[in-house]
Amino acid sequence: MLPNDGADAVEHPLRQVGKSLPHESATRHVQGSALYIDDLPEPEGTLHIAIGGSPVARGRIVTLDLEAVRSAAGVVAVLTAADIPGKNDVSPAMGDDPMFAETHVEFVGQALFAVVAETRDAARRAVRLVKSQFEEDKPSITVEDALDRNETVLPDYAFGRGEPAKALTEAPVKLSGQFRIGGQEHFYLEGQVSFAMPGEGDEMLVHASSQHPTEVQHVVARVLGIPDAYVTSEVRRMGGGFGGKESQASQWAAIAALAARFTRKPCKLRLDRDDDMMLTGKRHDFRVDWQLGAHADGTIQSADISLLARCGYSADLSQGVVDRSMFHADNSYYLPDVRVSSRRLKTNTVSNTAFRGFGGPQGMLAMERMIDALASATGRDPLDIRKANFYRPGGEHTPFGMQVEDHDVLHALVDQLERSSDYRARREAIDAFNRESPLIRRGLALTPVKFGISFTLTQMNQGAALVHVYSDGSVHLNHGGTEMGQGLFLKVAQIVAEEFGISMDRIRVMPTSTGKVPNTSPTAASAGTDLNGMAAMLAAKAIKARMTAFAAETHGVDPAEIVFRDDMVAVGQLTLGFGELAKACHAGRIHLSEASHYKTPKVVWDRANAVGRPFYYFAYGAACSEVAIDTLTGEMKVERVDILHDVGRSLNPAIDIGQIEGGFVQGLGWLTTEELVYDDKGRLRTHAPSTYKIPVASDIPVDFRVALFDGANREDTVYRSKAVGEPPVMLAISVYSAILNAIQSLQPGTPVPLNAPATPEEILKAVQALGGGGGF
Amino acid sequence: MTRSTISFLRRGQRVDIANPDPKATLLDWLRLEERSTGTKEGCAEGDCGACTVVLARERDGQLVYEPVNACILLLGQADGADVITIEDLAEKGELHKIQSAMVEHHGSQCGFCTPGIVMSLFALYHEGKASVDRPDVNEALSGNLCRCTGYTPIVKAALQALADPATDQFDAKAEETLEAFKQFRQLEDVFVGNDEAFFAAPAAESSLAYLIQKYPDATLIAGATDVGLWITKGLMPLKRLIWLGRIKGLAAIEETELTLSFGAGVTHQMAMPRLAALDTDFGELARRFGSRQVRASGTVVGNIANGSPIGDWPPAFIALGASVELRNGFSNRSVPLEEFFIAYKQQNREPGEYIRRITLSKPGPNDHIRLFKVTKRRDEDISSVMAAFRITVEDGLISQARIAFGGMAGIPKRASAAEAAIIGLPIKDISTWRAGAEGLTADFSPLSDHRASAEYRMRVARNLVIKALAEIAGVPSSSTRISGLREVSHAAE
Ligand SMILES: Cc1cc2nc3c(=O)[nH]c(=O)nc-3n(C[C@H](O)[C@H](O)[C@H](O)COP(=O)(O)OP(=O)(O)OC[C@H]3O[C@@H](n4cnc5c(N)ncnc54)[C@H](O)[C@@H]3O)c2cc1C
Ligand code: FES
Ligand code: FES
Repeated sequence: MLPNDGADAVEHPLRQVGKSLPHESATRHVQGSALYIDDLPEPEGTLHIAIGGSPVARGRIVTLDLEAVRSAAGVVAVLTAADIPGKNDVSPAMGDDPMFAETHVEFVGQALFAVVAETRDAARRAVRLVKSQFEEDKPSITVEDALDRNETVLPDYAFGRGEPAKALTEAPVKLSGQFRIGGQEHFYLEGQVSFAMPGEGDEMLVHASSQHPTEVQHVVARVLGIPDAYVTSEVRRMGGGFGGKESQASQWAAIAALAARFTRKPCKLRLDRDDDMMLTGKRHDFRVDWQLGAHADGTIQSADISLLARCGYSADLSQGVVDRSMFHADNSYYLPDVRVSSRRLKTNTVSNTAFRGFGGPQGMLAMERMIDALASATGRDPLDIRKANFYRPGGEHTPFGMQVEDHDVLHALVDQLERSSDYRARREAIDAFNRESPLIRRGLALTPVKFGISFTLTQMNQGAALVHVYSDGSVHLNHGGTEMGQGLFLKVAQIVAEEFGISMDRIRVMPTSTGKVPNTSPTAASAGTDLNGMAAMLAAKAIKARMTAFAAETHGVDPAEIVFRDDMVAVGQLTLGFGELAKACHAGRIHLSEASHYKTPKVVWDRANAVGRPFYYFAYGAACSEVAIDTLTGEMKVERVDILHDVGRSLNPAIDIGQIEGGFVQGLGWLTTEELVYDDKGRLRTHAPSTYKIPVASDIPVDFRVALFDGANREDTVYRSKAVGEPPVMLAISVYSAILNAIQSLQPGTPVPLNAPATPEEILKAVQALGGGGGF
Repeated sequence: MTRSTISFLRRGQRVDIANPDPKATLLDWLRLEERSTGTKEGCAEGDCGACTVVLARERDGQLVYEPVNACILLLGQADGADVITIEDLAEKGELHKIQSAMVEHHGSQCGFCTPGIVMSLFALYHEGKASVDRPDVNEALSGNLCRCTGYTPIVKAALQALADPATDQFDAKAEETLEAFKQFRQLEDVFVGNDEAFFAAPAAESSLAYLIQKYPDATLIAGATDVGLWITKGLMPLKRLIWLGRIKGLAAIEETELTLSFGAGVTHQMAMPRLAALDTDFGELARRFGSRQVRASGTVVGNIANGSPIGDWPPAFIALGASVELRNGFSNRSVPLEEFFIAYKQQNREPGEYIRRITLSKPGPNDHIRLFKVTKRRDEDISSVMAAFRITVEDGLISQARIAFGGMAGIPKRASAAEAAIIGLPIKDISTWRAGAEGLTADFSPLSDHRASAEYRMRVARNLVIKALAEIAGVPSSSTRISGLREVSHAAE
C-alpha cells in the first residue's frame, strides 16, 4: 500500500496542501534579494571564463593559435582539450559530446578553448584574439542534407499495429502530407552559469544553474578524473530551465571546475546571451511525412506517421525526446492500424535537447495537423472529427500498446470546455463574420491534450528526500528536485508541513545538493512533485510515526489518539507544542531525521519490443482559441483563449494555474513568433532577443480564461495530484489550429500548406496558396 | 566650469565617480562595483528588461521617473539623475505596493525577470496617470520578457497596484530630491578621463562644437540604444565618448502651425505626444517603437543618424516631408531627409558635423497619413517592412503622394514609381490601389534575411499600398486591420 492521505483528507481538512500559497521565494524575488549564481558574493581572487567557439560548422581543425589570447591583458589561463585530466566528454550518456573539440568541429560555436581571466570582460575580449584555420567541409544543415548523407545520431525506431499500408490503400478517405515544425530556444531569463570552488585536495564544489545536479557531479568527476564522491554540486534556484539545463548545463559546470582545478581559484562561467543561444541545444525541429486513411464519416482507420527529427551533431537526449514524440503522435485519438516511425538525423548544428514537453509537443502537433486536414477533406467541423476519434470503449490502446484507462476524463473535459467556451455559437458567428470579411479572417479551434507522465527510461522514476526535525521543532527539507520557478520547493514544503501539522514558516527548504540526496533524477518530465513530494512525505511520515510512538508511550495514550495540527500535537487530553514534542523526543533518544526513497509503481517499458506501460498515468487538458489574421500581411492576433486542464487534486491551485498559463504562452511562442533561422553555413541568425521573439505581454489575449478540471488522479499519487509542468505547452496547439482554420475559410476543402511556427510570412504564404493575399 | 566626475544620487546620497572606464555600463557599475545584484543581466542588449532600473530627473520642475535598460546605458548617462534600483523600493522591511501585489498575484515564478518587471511597473506607478488599463500595462511591459508566467498574473498585479495612485516614500521625499539635484549644476560641462579616453557631457552646444573639433574621432552618443550594443556585443574599444544628453538646447521640441521639430536630445518618449497628435497612426507607431525603456533613452535624431535601413522614423518622416539640420562648428546646413540617406551605411554628413534637429511638415487638411509597421512580434520588434504614406486627396483625386518604405532597400527610400502611378487617379477606384501596388515593382528589389524573405517583403509592401489607399478611400480600418484600429485610438494621449 502506498501512503496516501486522499481518504484521510475528508475527515481532516487540509491545512497547507491545496492552498494557493505564494512561491517560497516570492518576497525575495520582488526585492531582488533572491540570489542566483551570478549574485553570490565572489571570494577574493575569483576568476572569470569565456568560451572560444568554432566559426565553422563542419571541418578539421588545422591550426588553433592561442598565443595572442594567452598574452592578452588580464588572462590567467587558456584551457583546451589537452588540459583535461580525465575524459573529454560532457555527454549525458553516449560519449559523443567533447567538452572541447580536439581534431574536428561539428557545429558553429562548438567550444574549442576557454579563457580564464581576472574579469569577465577581459576573458571575452581575449577570446576574439584567436587565430585559427579549418579545413571546411560542406555542413548538413537541414533534414534533407542529413537524409542525403544518411547520417543519424542514433538508430531509427518504429512501432505500430495492424497493417497500416494495406488499410491506407483501402480507406475511402485517403490523405497525405508533409509539414515542418520549428525548434525553440529555451530563453530561460537567467542564462547558463556555473561557479566552481576548489576545496582541499581534489574536492570541488560546483554551484550550477542545472536541473540535474547529479549529472553535473558525474560530468565534473569524469572530466577531472576523480571519484564522484569528491564533487558536490549544489543548486539553490534557477532563473528558468525548461529542459535547457537538464543535460546542457554540465559542460559549463565542467569547464568552470577544470579552470578552478587548474588555477586553484574560484572560477565562474556565465555565458553571454548570444553565446548561450548559439552554444546550447534547443527543442528539436521536425519534418513530418504523414498518411491518413479514414471512413467517410471521418473516423480514422489507419495512419502512417514518419517523424524526421533534426538532432544536431550529437545524441544528447534525442533518444528519449523523439521516443516521446512518437508516444504522443496519437494525441488523444484511437488509430486502429498504425505505424509511427522516426529518424534521428545528424546535422551540423548545436545538439538539440530537452525542452518542456520533451518531444511530445511535436508528435501531438503532427496529429492535430492531420485531424484538421481530415476535417477539411470531409467537410466536417474539426471538433466533431476530434471527438469521433477519441479513445473510447473498444478503442483504448495506444500505438505502443498501452491501455488508456480513463478516456472518460478526456470526454468529460472536452464536453465541459465545449460548453463553457460557447464553441458552437462562436463557430457560427465566425462563419458569418468570414463571409462578410475579405481581408480579415477569423478562426476557432478546440484541441485536446493527453500527456503521458513518467520518464520513459524506467530507472529514472525514483525520488529521494532527507528530512530533519530539529529539537526546536524547525524542519530542514532536502530532496532531489531542483527549483526553477515551477514551485516545486513550495509544493514539497506544503506536503511536509501538512504531514507534521505545522505552519510553513517552520520549514526551511534547502538548496538541492548531491551531498544531501545522492543519485537523483533530473527535475524533468513534469515528475518533480510526484517523485520528490512523495519521497518527502514518506520521510515526514516515518519521523512522525516515531514521534507518535514516543508520545503514546510516554503519556500512555493510544497512538490513534495523537493528532498533529496547527503546530500542536494533541496527545489524548494533553496538548504539546510541536517543538516541545521534538525536544522531548530528542531527550528520549528518538531519531528525528529520515532519508526516504520513492519509486513510481506500474511503469515498465521494453523499448526493443515496444511493449509495456511507459506512463503511470495521463494528464489531460483542452484549449479553445480564437484568432484573427490579416490576409494582406499575415499578421495574427489571438482574440480569446479558454483552457480547462486536469491537474488531479491540486496541491496549490495558484502554482498550477501559473504553470498552465506560462506553459500555454511558451507553446504560443513556439508556434507563432519564435523562429530559429540558420543560414547555409550553419550559423544561427536569430541568436539574440532582438531577432528571436518570445511572447511579450501584449501577445496574451485579453480574454484568457483558465480553469482547473475537477477530479482526482485515479492513480495513487501524492494527494491524488497530477503533474502539470509540461502538458500545458501543448494547449497552444489550439492557436495553431485556429490559424489554420482562419486560412481554411478562404477555400474550404483545399489543403493548407502551413508550417510551424506560423509567423506572418508563413501565414501569408498559406493564404496565397488558398487564393488569398492579394487584397480585394 | 567643468566637473570631472560622473555624479548622481543613490539612496539620497551623492555618488561621484572620478575614473570610470568611459564605456562602462550602469549595470556593470551596479553589479560589479556597488555589488547591488538585485538588478539582473538577461541579454545585455536592451531587449529583455531584466536590467531595468529607474532614473528620476527633474523636468519642468517635476520629478519624472523613467525606466531604462541599465545594460546598455552608459554610466555617464546616469549623470545628474536619482538612480533607483529594486533594492530601494521596500521601506523598512515593508514591501512597496507594486511588490506586494506581485507576491499576492503570483507574479513571479523563477523570479529572474521580476526585479526588472517591478521597476517598469514602478515607473508606470509614478507616471501619475489617473487610471491605468490593460493597454497601459502592456505598453509599460513591452520591454520586459518573462519566460515563466505568461504575464497574466503580472498584469493582474499591476492593475491592482495601480488602481488608485497612492503616494510612496519617493513622493514623500520628492522635494528633497529636487533640491538635491541642484548640486549637479546644469550649466557646467562634465569631462571625465583624459585626452586618450574620456566621457564628456557638455552642457552647451558651444562646448560640444569645441569638443568635436578637438576630438574629431570621438563617438557621439545620444541614447546609446545603438552604441550600447557596440560595446556589450561588439566589444568595440570605444575610448572617447561625447554624450549629447546634458545639452539643454538640444532637448527642445518646437512647433509652429506648419512644422514640428525635434532637437538631437529629444527622446522617443518626449516626442510621442506630439507625434501622436499628428495622426493616430503616429501614436501607434510611437507606442510600438522599441519598448518603454528604449523610448526613454533613445532619441528621434539617433534613429536618423544611425542610418539604419530598418529604422521606423525615417520612412514615416520622409513621407511627411522632413529636413535634417546639420551643424559643423558654428555653421548650419539643412538637407531634405530623403537626400540624407545616400546608400547603405552612407549618409550625407561630413566629419565634424552632427545633426542638430529634424523638422517635419505637419499634414494639411487634405493629407491622409497611414503608417504600417510589419513585424514578427507585434510589440518591441524591428520592422520587416515599414510603410509610410502621405496622400493628398482633392475632389476625389490623388493630387500628391509621398510614399516611403523601410526594409525594402539599403536605405529608407521613397517609392517614386508607385507615387507616380497613382497621382491624378480617383482614390475610390480599386484599379488605383492596384496601380500603386504595381508601381512598387519598379521601386524596390528587397533582400532576404532572418526577418523576412524578399518575396514576403515585396508582397507585403504591395498589399500595404492597397490597404493604405483603401482606408483613405473610406474602408473602415476595422475591416482592414487586426489591431491599431484608427476608429479606437489606442494612444493613451
Ligand atoms: C531593444 C531595442 C529596440 C529597438 N527598437 C527599435 C524600433 O522599434 N524601431 C527603430 O527604428 N529602432 C529601434 N531600435 C534602434 C535604436 O534604439 C533607435 O534607432 C534609436 O532611435 C537610436 O537612438 P539613440 O539616441 O539611442 O542613438 P545612439 O545609440 O546614441 O546613437 C546611434 C548612432 O547615431 C549617432 N548619433 C546620435 N546622435 C547623433 C547626432 N545628433 N548627430 C550625429 N550623430 C549622432 C551615434 O554616434 C551613433 O552612431 C531599438 C534598439 C533597441 C536596443
Ligand atoms: S539585460 Fe536584457 S535588457 Fe538589459
Ligand atoms: S518569472 Fe521566470 S522569467 Fe519571469
